[in-house]
Formats: sequence, structure tokens, C-alpha cells
Amino acid sequence: MSRADAGAQTVKERAGLALNNEFLRSAVRFTTERLRNGKQAATAEHGNWDDWRERGRQIRLHTIAHLDYYLNAFAENARANGAFVHFAETAAEAVDIALTIAKHKAASSVVKSKSMVSEELHLNQALEAIGVEAVETDLGEYIIQLAKETPSHIIIPAIHKNRFQIAELLSKEAGETLPPDTAILAGFVRMKLREKFLEADIGMTGCNFGIAETGSMVLFENEGNARMVTTVPKTQITLMGMERLIPSWADLEVMATLLPRSATGQKLTVYMSGITGPRRSEDADGPDEQHIIIIDNGRSLQLGDPEFQELLNCIRCGACLNACPVYRHIGGHAYGGTYSGPIGAVLTPALKGNVAEWDDIANASSLCGACYEACPVKIPLHDMLVYLRRRKNEAGRGDKLETAGMKGFAAVMGSSGRYRSAVSALKLGQRLVVRNGEIRTRIGPLKGWNKYRVTPALPKQSFRDRWGTVEAELRRDVKEMAPETEAKLQALIRQRRNGGDEHDG
Amino acid sequence: MKISLFVTCLSDVLFPQVAEAMARLLARHGVKLEFPKVQTCCGQPAYNSGYWEESRQSARTILDAFEDSDFVIAPSGSCTHMIHQYPGLFREDPVYWAKAKALHHKTYEFTQFMVQVLGVTDLGAQFPHKVTYHPSCHGSRLLGVKEEPMALLGSVRGLELVPLPYAEDCCGFGGTFAIKMADISGAMVTEKSDHVLETEAEVLVGLDMACLMNIAGNLRHRGEQVRVMHLAELLYEGVSHT
Ligand code: SF4
Repeated sequence: MSRADAGAQTVKERAGLALNNEFLRSAVRFTTERLRNGKQAATAEHGNWDDWRERGRQIRLHTIAHLDYYLNAFAENARANGAFVHFAETAAEAVDIALTIAKHKAASSVVKSKSMVSEELHLNQALEAIGVEAVETDLGEYIIQLAKETPSHIIIPAIHKNRFQIAELLSKEAGETLPPDTAILAGFVRMKLREKFLEADIGMTGCNFGIAETGSMVLFENEGNARMVTTVPKTQITLMGMERLIPSWADLEVMATLLPRSATGQKLTVYMSGITGPRRSEDADGPDEQHIIIIDNGRSLQLGDPEFQELLNCIRCGACLNACPVYRHIGGHAYGGTYSGPIGAVLTPALKGNVAEWDDIANASSLCGACYEACPVKIPLHDMLVYLRRRKNEAGRGDKLETAGMKGFAAVMGSSGRYRSAVSALKLGQRLVVRNGEIRTRIGPLKGWNKYRVTPALPKQSFRDRWGTVEAELRRDVKEMAPETEAKLQALIRQRRNGGDEHDG
Repeated sequence: MKISLFVTCLSDVLFPQVAEAMARLLARHGVKLEFPKVQTCCGQPAYNSGYWEESRQSARTILDAFEDSDFVIAPSGSCTHMIHQYPGLFREDPVYWAKAKALHHKTYEFTQFMVQVLGVTDLGAQFPHKVTYHPSCHGSRLLGVKEEPMALLGSVRGLELVPLPYAEDCCGFGGTFAIKMADISGAMVTEKSDHVLETEAEVLVGLDMACLMNIAGNLRHRGEQVRVMHLAELLYEGVSHT
């Protein structure tokens, strides 16, 4: 599938295109704002949000630390339920397995729902190449598929399109002009999809959580289509990242509290389905045959890596995207990978084994930490972005100019003498560019900065030049510290000596 | 007792009035600051760009400067937070790692020290202006300084505090980010200034000069006259008139 920005090679180039696209920016701003305000309200109402985040984090940490155990348990239980469980180490293997099933079933069409993993595999193209029609049934994914694009958000794939653009796309499909009214558009898609559900040979979904203790899969959704996908077609395939597990249904309670609130600000999604095995004789509906494809595709590279293992804790809620000020301005396609926003900026390079191709994506962050604050399982994405930058430099792939600059930085900052000389040199040098106490030139390192700003000039005296005078003055009319304050400070020092950490942060 | 001033390179070189205001305010509460001149920069620009060896070279000057201080106070949440990261930065150097642990525990951002340690919120300041506050990301999110500046601002007589819409959003500074991703950073700072202007405040106040320089630079670029100050400057100006 193509993207509107095909041809743009770097994050910077792609971001440039997005920044000049007012439609995209206002659509993304509108929806991310709605989602993050919703989340804020929902978490405030919850009351103990931070405690629950910590509980969620602990569950995820524990599961990932014992992933081999839980994967075995899950697979055994799922097989006991009558499902076929397949393991795929690479995307290509996963595609092969899915295609083999499709061929074996002589399938001509597949209906799909809720799967970012399938985007990772580029499965639709592979299915189409063997003549199997793949139809996305989530409203947003359907739109993206019609537009021949890729999702630009983990849970709102068409976030970059406004309703006028969507109406135009759907009108083409309908052969008549549909008004830009969300209810009417959704109604059209529902009607269109109904026939697809009935014809489909295979239903294919992702999976929000796999429950190890019973080999079940849990799906959260709002449109009800995933329920159709998992019950109507005779054969069902679940694509599951190998890290999607939690130990038990009791743990699901915590996740069900965290996921919908973080994703959309809902207390619970409209539908939450638990699927255990294919149809049994007493069931009213369900597939006759069920396959679960468990996919590694770079995930196991993070296991045992102290800086990145926590990435596997992600529950794909999208909250970090909605909170991210960079994402808000450039949207998801600028990140270039299947996953976008802060999680994508870390996950994409990590899953690809930190190859040079994905080096620049870690630069697309101001390291503000909004992602970490938003994350329901507290993944320190802002730290991971720094680790990615460091690993790139350690591998000798640092930008040459920046590397030289940082060597200079270290030389100057490594000694107060050199620091003083450098400041003096700057004060001399700036005479060329200072006008009325300001620098407006757009050359050299100030080029990008001064495109949007004015830079203040260095004052004649730095603080260290002035300190002698200030200190003498302060010593002259010094005030004594209040005895109780003094006692408090002394107590803090003692407490510290005894190993206490007297302040947080 | 040795209480030391960590000026931060930015305040030292570009905004000396900020550290000076802070020193003068603290002196009014009996804090005799001393200023070790071997200090340079906390090393954050190199650290955040992934040049950790270069960052360590700079950070060692800070660790040496404050080795025998009992308390260290800085007019920046971001640089304070950087010091809190030193144990990770020096994890393979037992000598400096020990110094890093010690420094982490004794380093405070200005308002943290004022409110948490000295227990002072009312400095007796007067500032009859409409003011809005930008909580810088590192100070508020990572260091957890949220209540302290509010308490200090709340005690200033005559000051009308107007909430900044989407106050917690990053201003787009991000160190080398503002140079490397200039257009994204530009979009972010433009949005931040828009919000500042919406409040119709006369003064924008904050706790980190890097962010304030960024926002002020954009406001000036747009020809806007909003005054931009560090909270220490505002408070010092407020007590100087009384
Ligand atoms: S990193 Fe955290 S906030 Fe982002 S999608 Fe994953 S779980 Fe959600």
C-alpha cells in the first residue's frame, strides 16, 4: 500500500510534508485532543489511577519475565480447547502459515478486524497475491483500505482524515454522493460489509490479550464487527504478538480498567469478547476451525535487554500518541513504520534490530515525557529514545557534524578554564551578529532556531563574573537562618547519612 | 553547613539575573550560598543526544564541584533532573557512581528547596500583574515539581494567576531537537505562544530558562510584548518593591 508521502525518505522530510498539510494537522489535533481529554476525565474519575497503573505494570513485568512459561501454558490450553496453535519467528513465516490455511480452505475471501500485527506482516497484499480478497471491517481500517493507505494511529487508523475526505472516499465506493455525516457514513459501511461477512470463508482478527490459564483470547471493540468476524466465518485465525499474554482472568480485570480508559476515555468498550476454542456442539455460533498464529517478528530481541524489555509491556492503547505534541503536529505516517508516535519511534527500530535505516526516528522527540505520563503501564519511552540515540552513536552511525560538535562540547565543558575561555570567545564573536541586544541571523546553527525565534545576546557579565560583588553584598547584610530551619536541614543531612532518600524525583 | 549554588550554564552565561535573584531570595531566609567555580554544565545536551562519554566529561565538573556540599540548589528543574540521572550515567565507574548517588540526594530545584525544605511559601512579595505559568516538562513530569510553584505564586499579593490552556504541553525546546527538527519544534513553540497570548497575561513565568528562552524568542519573533520571567526573578522583583 502506498502512503501520501511516498518518496520522502527521512522523518524530517515526511514531517515537513505533514506540517504543510493543514487538513491532516487539524484532523489529528481534533481527535487526539478529544481522546486525551476523555482519558484525563476518565482517570480523574477513577480516583486511584496511579496505583492501578502500577498494578498493570507489575502484571506485564511478571508476564514478560516468565514469557516462555506463559506461552507454553497458553498454547497447551488453547490446543486442549481444540485450536491449532502455530508459532512464527518472522513476518514471512507468519504470512506463509496464514496463506497455507487460506489455500487449504480454498478460501476466496477473508474478513478482518483489529489487527496491527497484520499490518506488520503486510498480510493483505500477500492474500491478494494468491487471489484471496481481504476486507477490513473496522470502520477506520475500511476507510484506509479504500484509500490504499496505511493506518496512522494504533487505534484510530484514519485519524488523519476529516469527515469530508471520508465522505468523498465512501461516495466513490457508493456511486452516489453521501453527506459528511458520521452516522450516515457508518450506516453505509455497515450495509456494505454485511454481505462481506456472510460470504467470507475466513475471519481474521488480532487479539488484545491472550489468557494463559485457559488459552483464551480477549478482544475490546466498539463497533461489534470483531464479534461478527470471530463468529460468522467457518474458519477463524487470530494473529497474536508473542507478548500479548497475561496469566489469568483476574489480571484481565486490571487490564480492562486500564485499556479502554487510556485508549478512548471509556470505562469499558461497547463489546468485550472472550474466545475460548472453536464452536462446541452446544454453542449457537462460532467457527468450526480455529487457528492462532503467535508471532515473534523481532519481539524476542528485546527479551533480556535491560533497556528495552519493558517495550513488550505495551498494551497498544495509543495513549502515548494522543499525549505526544510531536505526533499532534506530524501525524502517524511521518514516523514511517507500522507503529507511530512515541511507541512507534521506539518499537519500530527495536523490532528491526536497530538497523541504520531507522536511526533518525528517535530524533523526532523533544523528550518531554508526556508519553511516559500517559502510559497505563508506565513504559519509560523518553528514556528509551535516549538509549536508541546512544546505541546509534556507539555503533559509529552518529551524524558527523554532531559527533564533532559533541567532542567540542566535552572539551569545553570538561574544564571550567576552557569553559570561561569559550564564553569570552562567544562574547567577542557575537558582536558581528547582535543588533539591539538580539540575534536574528539565520546562518549556521541558528538557522532553524531563528526561523521561528529571536535569540538573546550574551550579557557583558556572566553570573560567575558578577558573583564576587553579589556575594560580598549578601555577606554584609546577611540574615541568620531561623534555628528551627537549621535544625530541619541538619536532620535531613543525618537522615541522608543513614541511608534515607529524603526527597523524591 | 555548606549550601551550594548550581547556576546551570544557561543561567550563568545568558541569564545571570535569574541565579542572582535566587541567591538574593535565599539569603533573605538565612541561606548563605557558596558558588564553586569549577562547575560547568550538567551534560544534558550530550546525554540526550546519546553522547554519554562526552556527557560524563561535563558531568564530572559538577560532581567534583559539589562533592562536599550539604545541599545544592539550581534554578532549573531540567538540570536538577539531569543530576538525578547521574547514577545511571556513571553505573560503570564506581568512584563517580558513589559521588553521583550522593549528589542526587542533595540536589534540589529552587522551588523544591524553598517550599519542601525551608517550608516557606509566602515570601512577602507583591506583583500586581496578570501572570500565567508554564510548567516545564522535566521539572513537573520527571522531577515532580507541581505544587511548589503554585504555592509560591498563590502567596504573591496582587498577582492574578490565569491558567495557561494545555499548560502541560511541551514548548518544543528539547535541546538539540529544536535545531535538528526545527520545523516540528517551531510548530510546537508557535502553538505554545498562541496559548500564552490567549490568556492575555502580561507576564509568562516558569522554572526553566531554556523553555522560557524558547517561548520568549518566539513571542519576540512575532512582535509580542509579553514579559517572560523565571519565578525567582518575579519573586525577587516582588519583594524588592516592599
Ligand atoms: S507505550 Fe504505553 S501508552 Fe503507548 S500504546 Fe503502549 S501501553 Fe499505550
